Amino acid sequence: MSTPANTNDNLKADIIVYFAILALFGVQVALAYQNVHPAQLLVRMLAVAFIQAALAVMYFMHLRNEQRNLRLALIPATIFVMLMMNMIWSDSFRLLHMRPLFK
Amino acid sequence: MSEANLPLGSHVGFMEASPFAIPSKKLVMWLFIISDAVTFAAILFAYGYLRNASPNWPQPFKFSPSIINVILMTFILVSSSLTMLIATRAAKSADKARALRWTFITVAGGVLFALLHIREWSGLIKEGVQLFENPWGSPMFGATFFAITGLHLTHVLGGVIALTVVALGYKRGRYNADDIEVWSLYWHFVDLVWMFVVPMVYLMNVAR
Repeated sequence: MSTPANTNDNLKADIIVYFAILALFGVQVALAYQNVHPAQLLVRMLAVAFIQAALAVMYFMHLRNEQRNLRLALIPATIFVMLMMNMIWSDSFRLLHMRPLFK
Repeated sequence: MSEANLPLGSHVGFMEASPFAIPSKKLVMWLFIISDAVTFAAILFAYGYLRNASPNWPQPFKFSPSIINVILMTFILVSSSLTMLIATRAAKSADKARALRWTFITVAGGVLFALLHIREWSGLIKEGVQLFENPWGSPMFGATFFAITGLHLTHVLGGVIALTVVALGYKRGRYNADDIEVWSLYWHFVDLVWMFVVPMVYLMNVAR
C-alpha cells in the first residue's frame, strides 16, 4: 500500500505524463500541416504515437511496476505480430501501380 | 499431501501461485488488451493498404470544425484516463467515496466523447459521406472511416457501461479495488488506440 507521500509523488508523475501526452498530440497536429511527403509524414506521426503509447502503457497502465516477465510475455509478441502485418505493402503498391481492377 | 490422500468428501482448493504475481483477472485483462490491440492494428493496416492503393484518397478534414473537434475529443479522452488513474489510486487507498467520484467523472468524459463523435459523424453524413460513396474521391473512404472510428466508439461505449457497472458494484461491496484497477486498464487501452486512430485517420487527411 502506498503512503500519502508516495501517492502524491506518483500522482505528480501521472500528471507530468498526462501533459507530455497532450504536448505530443500538439506536435502531431503541427506535423499534419507541414509540407512533407505523405510517407515521411506517416513515419513521423507513428513515431510520436509510439512514444505516447509507451508513456501510456508504462505509466498509466503501470506496466513498468509489474514483473519483468509480464512485460516480456506481453510486449515482444504484440510487436512481432504487428511487424508481420507489414507483409501487405507490396500488394498495396501493386494495386496502386498496376491497378488491374480499375479500368 | 496429494488429493488422493484426502478423506472422501473433503474439498481443498489447490491454488497455484498467480502467474506474473498478479491476480488472474488482471492477467486476463492484459491478454484481452493485447488481442484487441492486434485487432485494431489489423484494421489500421487494412486502412493503410487501401489508402496507399488509392490515388484519389479524400482529404476532407478542415481545421474548423473537424480538427478542432478531434483536438477536443482527444483532450477529453486523455483527461478521462487521468481521472481514471486518480480513481484507481483512491480505490487502492480504500477511499471509496473519492474512487467512485472520479470513476463517474471518467464515465461522464466517455459519454461526452461519444456525443462529440456522433455529432462529427452526422456532419460527415450530411456532407454526403456514405459507406461506399462520397463527394470527394475513393469510394472506400467512408467504409474505412466509419469502421475504424465506429469500432473505437463501440469500445468507448462498452467501457462506459463496464465502468458504471463496476462502480455501482464497488459501491455495494460486490467488487473491490482490484476490479476498479482491472477496468482502468481497459479504459487506458481505449485511450491508447485513439492515439493511433487520430494521426492515421484524421491528421493524415487534413484539408490543405
